[in-house]
Amino acid sequence: MTKLVYFAWVRERIGKAEEELALPAEVVTVDDLLNHLRGLGEEYEAALQFPDVIRVAIDQEHVEHDEPIAGAREIGLFPPMTGG
Amino acid sequence: MTTITPTIRVQCEDFDQQAEIDRMTKGRHDVGAVVTFTGLCRGESGRLEALELEHYPGMAEAEITRIATLAIERFSLLGLTAIHRYGTIATGENIVLVVAASPHRQAAFDGANFVMDFLKTSAPFWKKEHGRDGKAGDWISAKDADDRARDKWQG
Repeated sequence: MTKLVYFAWVRERIGKAEEELALPAEVVTVDDLLNHLRGLGEEYEAALQFPDVIRVAIDQEHVEHDEPIAGAREIGLFPPMTGG
Repeated sequence: MTTITPTIRVQCEDFDQQAEIDRMTKGRHDVGAVVTFTGLCRGESGRLEALELEHYPGMAEAEITRIATLAIERFSLLGLTAIHRYGTIATGENIVLVVAASPHRQAAFDGANFVMDFLKTSAPFWKKEHGRDGKAGDWISAKDADDRARDKWQG
């Protein structure tokens, strides 16, 4: 099981702040994960329909979309950041 | 050579800029310059009531600490404090504070500027507008200008 956490409008569109998912073996990279999630329902499709804009962190560190997710304990998905 | 550890806080409550400067400089005689940056919640010409600041607990602190440590090394700072608030912040209230100390002014100016430029684009915080009409509005979009401000430090 992999813990997924969502923030800002990604969280609002998916309708939950976090969940634990069993990911199929063919989900190797962050890109694969985003594509897999988009198939889970219209709320995921609404959140992730433009995957290029989604920022991703593995175990609370920023990663690119070609990063492998093997061994990840927690994967965060969120929009570009707007703090400060 | 002494290693400088940044002071990083992510908190709901307000901060006291003078208290943070005093904490950094008390009892020292090597600091010649302190630069502070305070970011406040703008009213956008009366349109906004407040901003809702969401953050990624744990990662927010870790990412600001990483940025602050880079700044300390790059500008040989004597002290660096960064405080970022979360929760509902009314217009006119503080959002973020950066305090940078160095022997001479340029490093303190540059250090505070560097921390803000990277914090805006890589610390996991998001702002949602709350209008004076009582309605929750939109999430604020990231600006290309913020990416350009960050990129000027590269190379």
